[in-house]
Amino acid sequence: MPDFTFPLADAGSNLLAARYQMGFTLGFHIVLASFGVAFPAVMLIAEYRGRRSGDEDALRLARRWSKAVAVLFAVGAVSGTVLSFEFGLLWPGMMNRFGDAFGIAFAIEGIFFFLEAIFIAIYIYGWKRLPGWAHFWSGVPIAISGIGGALSVIAANAWMNTPDGFSVGADGRVADVRPLDVIFNTSTFHEFVHMWVAAYLVTGFLVASVYAVAMLRGRRDRYHRLGFLIPFTVAAIAAPVQIVVGDFAARDVFEDQPAKFAAMECVYESGDDQAEHLGGICTDGEVKGSISIPGGDSLLAGFSTGTDVTGLDSIAADDQPPTPTTIHLAFDAMVGLGFAMIALAGWFAVAWRRKRDLPATPWFLRASAAAGAAAVLALECGWMVTEIGRQPWIVHGFMRVEDAVTPAQGIWWVFAFTLLIYVGLGLMAGVVLRGMARRWREAEVAEPELEAPYSPPPTRAPEAAP
Amino acid sequence: MSKADAVAAILWIGVTLYAVFGGADFGAGMWDLLAGRGERGERARALIDRSIAPVWEANHVWLIFVLVVLWTAFPPAFSAVMTTLYIPLALAALGIVLRGSGFAFRHALPGPVRGPATRVFGVSSLLTPFFMGTVVGAIASGEVPADGGGDPTSSWTGVFPLVTGALFVATSAYLAAVFLVRDAGAAGDRDLQRYFARRTLAAAVVAGAAALGGIFALHSDARFVYDGLTSDGVPLVILSGICGLGALALLARGITRGLRPLAVGAVVAVIWGFFVAQYPYMVPESLTIEDAAGASATLTEVIVVFLVAGVVCLPSLGLLYVLSQRRALE
Repeated sequence: MPDFTFPLADAGSNLLAARYQMGFTLGFHIVLASFGVAFPAVMLIAEYRGRRSGDEDALRLARRWSKAVAVLFAVGAVSGTVLSFEFGLLWPGMMNRFGDAFGIAFAIEGIFFFLEAIFIAIYIYGWKRLPGWAHFWSGVPIAISGIGGALSVIAANAWMNTPDGFSVGADGRVADVRPLDVIFNTSTFHEFVHMWVAAYLVTGFLVASVYAVAMLRGRRDRYHRLGFLIPFTVAAIAAPVQIVVGDFAARDVFEDQPAKFAAMECVYESGDDQAEHLGGICTDGEVKGSISIPGGDSLLAGFSTGTDVTGLDSIAADDQPPTPTTIHLAFDAMVGLGFAMIALAGWFAVAWRRKRDLPATPWFLRASAAAGAAAVLALECGWMVTEIGRQPWIVHGFMRVEDAVTPAQGIWWVFAFTLLIYVGLGLMAGVVLRGMARRWREAEVAEPELEAPYSPPPTRAPEAAP
Repeated sequence: MSKADAVAAILWIGVTLYAVFGGADFGAGMWDLLAGRGERGERARALIDRSIAPVWEANHVWLIFVLVVLWTAFPPAFSAVMTTLYIPLALAALGIVLRGSGFAFRHALPGPVRGPATRVFGVSSLLTPFFMGTVVGAIASGEVPADGGGDPTSSWTGVFPLVTGALFVATSAYLAAVFLVRDAGAAGDRDLQRYFARRTLAAAVVAGAAALGGIFALHSDARFVYDGLTSDGVPLVILSGICGLGALALLARGITRGLRPLAVGAVVAVIWGFFVAQYPYMVPESLTIEDAAGASATLTEVIVVFLVAGVVCLPSLGLLYVLSQRRALE
């Protein structure tokens, strides 16, 4: 027999392609999903304000945001459909053996997703068909189902990290499923709250950044100020909350997922009095080029420098996350960006207390414009920590990714093609949203009949007819 | 009926709803593609937009429903299908991406980008149901082994899968045209009503031909299902035929009342005919419903979720429907 290692290397490469493909499409979808969770709430805050104090600017913002919500939801629904295909196309091994546990939370998500789709349509139709507060209340189910949907999907992901609520039968398939234990496994609560608040950060800062740019370009009327203030305030409240939530989440990971925690903090040797490493490269059993705070990691994990932290040396080489540096740096980047967002929120809070106005310097608006991208980056980094930190497992302790991946070849081509299409889609979505904004600007007085997915047909103005 | 049978029936309800509503959506995209440039083409497009805009994404929720129920309740069947038919499935997923974004973008942005977006929407509306049809055809003709990993190309490129793909395309176009006849009538556009009535007729002829060809292909390629359809499935096949011919008779006389229930009935009867013909198999001749069924508690959960979804979502859909029929407040 010729001793070729070729097929084996090929299988490994296929696995990497499948992981990139999944990671990329999830990373794309999570931004849209964040909008689906938090944008309806921001839009309802604007409508509430508008109805409460007869504020026409706030109502106009709510009306326009509802159309952006619809576009983003529609694209998100499509990228979510792709994900449900990918579970089978990329990871048939996992679905075959664990589908009846993994799918439990997803089945519930279907209800919320359906409700959200229906009520977005009702809300958009309702602008002209439902009176006053009835219209506001028709939007509340959108926000609630967004939260419920997020909880369901996060529960499925949390289950992959800390699987619970089943036993494995003699045939290797799942048996004795306890649905409630599957859904409410140990990681569900902290992952959900962390992601929920993240959605408000991402949406708040991203929407505010659009108006920050507009104000930098000189459009400083009340409408733009309000368009900035409503989402920015939401994100500014979420930022400090997120640090507290994240701190709890990290301690949960410390207790339940020691390998992930070791990689996050780049801990190689188990023991107490672990230093907190900021930055640096994790290589050859040590951290290089980091700023280290003696005892800091132990202190954060257990409130005492005497806290024992499991290091990578206590975890079998086969079971260690493959790229600790990536996990470590992603974690540090997420936390660092989190503190930067708090600083921005604090800056705003101080100025607002003093003079009920934004900080006068354009640097505040510039920083706010960057905060949208920073929030997205922090979100992606957080998911990289969760997902790469789970490796080499797909169902932690039960199944490895290489046993779950499809035997089908050519995943690199699929990935390249997907990249191309998604970049195109992202660009198009940007063009569409900018086009909306431009036409909103051009029609200063008369509200133009803007179409959006789910919207009723426009009543054509006579001059618009050809 | 066992618990697994009940969940299989729920899965089939999802398949039926997706075939009817998702199918009509795809068909509307095809008519959009074929509408041409003239004034009437533009009017037809505007009607298509009005008809599918409020529901187009809600309709495709059924696909996610089918996928989730399949992998949750019948994991080995899901994995066997996915590891064999990944090529047409990936192409269908691609079609869904392009279709959804094409529609969203052409709807949200007038001007030069509208043309290409419209064509992408139309072409992917045609290709997606075709590839889904080949998947269904391949499953019915026993090309999917129990452990998966069947031939990635020959499994879905046989005569029956291809004919089924064509049948899916024609049926989608037929359903869409029937819905559009009604919507044109409701909009008071007699001209467009005749326009879509002619298209309903054309699509019905093509669908009928594909169905006849399908029966021959079924006889040679998918004997198990053929035998089922010609024994236990006979009442449903006859029902489908009666509904289909009834719809044609109404069209020929220019009557639109009762057209939709008959057309939908013809399609639904065939879908359930297949369910009966396949029984007790989930994947014909390799995985029975019982063998493919997942953990018992999971099956219970799926049934409960389905009932809750019905209680919660149907009234909401009703509200949307009432609202979309209501005149704007001034």
